[in-house]
Amino acid sequence: MKNKALNTVLNGILRENPVFALVLGMCPTLATTTSAINGMSMGLATTFVLICSNVVISLLKNLIPNKVRIPAFIVVIATFVTMVQLLMQAYLPAIYEVLGLFIPLIVVNCIVLGRAEAFAAKNNVGLSALDGLGMGLGFTLALTLIGAVRELLGTGCVFGLNLYSETYGMLIFVLAPGAFIVLGYLMALVQKLLKK
Amino acid sequence: MAKLQSSFKNMLLSLTLIALVAAAALAGVYMLTTAPIEEAKVAKQQSAIMQVLPEMEGITIAEAEEVNGITLHKAYVGEEWVGTAVEASTEGNMNMPFGGTFRLMVGFDNVGNVVRYVVLEQAETPGLGAQMSTWFCNPDKPKSNILGKNPATTNFSVSKDGGDIDAITASTITSRAFLEVVVKAYNGIAQQPMPIEAVSSATQLHEENVVVEEDTTGRKNCKERGRENCKERGRCKNNNVQEGGQQ
Repeated sequence: MKNKALNTVLNGILRENPVFALVLGMCPTLATTTSAINGMSMGLATTFVLICSNVVISLLKNLIPNKVRIPAFIVVIATFVTMVQLLMQAYLPAIYEVLGLFIPLIVVNCIVLGRAEAFAAKNNVGLSALDGLGMGLGFTLALTLIGAVRELLGTGCVFGLNLYSETYGMLIFVLAPGAFIVLGYLMALVQKLLKK
Repeated sequence: MAKLQSSFKNMLLSLTLIALVAAAALAGVYMLTTAPIEEAKVAKQQSAIMQVLPEMEGITIAEAEEVNGITLHKAYVGEEWVGTAVEASTEGNMNMPFGGTFRLMVGFDNVGNVVRYVVLEQAETPGLGAQMSTWFCNPDKPKSNILGKNPATTNFSVSKDGGDIDAITASTITSRAFLEVVVKAYNGIAQQPMPIEAVSSATQLHEENVVVEEDTTGRKNCKERGRENCKERGRCKNNNVQEGGQQ
């Protein structure tokens, strides 16, 4: 049992990492990773929504008839996303200003609905919570990594820590094309490491 | 418990129930966060006022005045009027922005030159129109930089329309709306009698009163805000360098 729990968490972080292995949720992955801190905030917001929606959906799975499960899941997910948005606006206005536009998009992030459908609707509450945690952490890790690489190559800073002069930064990495380039290389690297 | 069948009654009941509980939960969170969200907005407005005004010791802000939907925050050092922070939005613009209303705080010194500006609220496209927060204050691009320019002597419209200001690349609509708001803000103070040359002693007296009222709270806040501003300004400078390289 303990093993299964640990596996569920690790599964999301490594083997089935939502970004590098499942290639889900590309919209926030590409859009919000202009810096490490932005990527991390987006990842943590998604983690919160993932855990909450997985728990609630796992609790409600027998109450929801099969034919209306998708609308029911979406209502649950949207509720949590709106809560995150309001709480962020109230208590973290600086981060909300940067991520504000992308927070409502967590609703249609395929990771959240995907995990609800593929995992929470078939497993018990405890495992679903752990799956949400694992997937969320995997997503956060991936976003932070992409954000850090883009920020480092683009501006010479990571988490606001200046490593080399900004004038040598390749600004393409902060812009949209850089997101695709970094994502592609990181994905190839992670795939190679996991194959071993 | 067995899974509910997909009968009409079950589907209706379960969806209605879920929607009701979700609505109740959201209402609760909304009520809880309304006050902090308002506070955060006010704090942002206050720090924006201090950010756009000329950097001076002991600035006090007079009570806000509303003129045609534009809010004026006059700043004084002692009794001398040193500048005005003007809050204006795209509401009623000829040139509407691309993504809904945006609001600016524009600071003018006492002769009407733009000191600095801050974007208070906007929903323009990230990477395009949203660049307005740094585009028009970039010292490396004098043709798009509005800081230090006076709307009375410079034509504040985009160069495409025969003006003197370069629009944001690929965001002419946003740029037009932005410049119109700045001009609107300038007209707000231009219509006002200039307190420095104010002739009637009555108005002067009135203004003195306002300053004195604000003095006790205003000054203390000033110091706190001053420190915040330093940070904010530092960040803006960094952004400028980044943006400069991009274009």
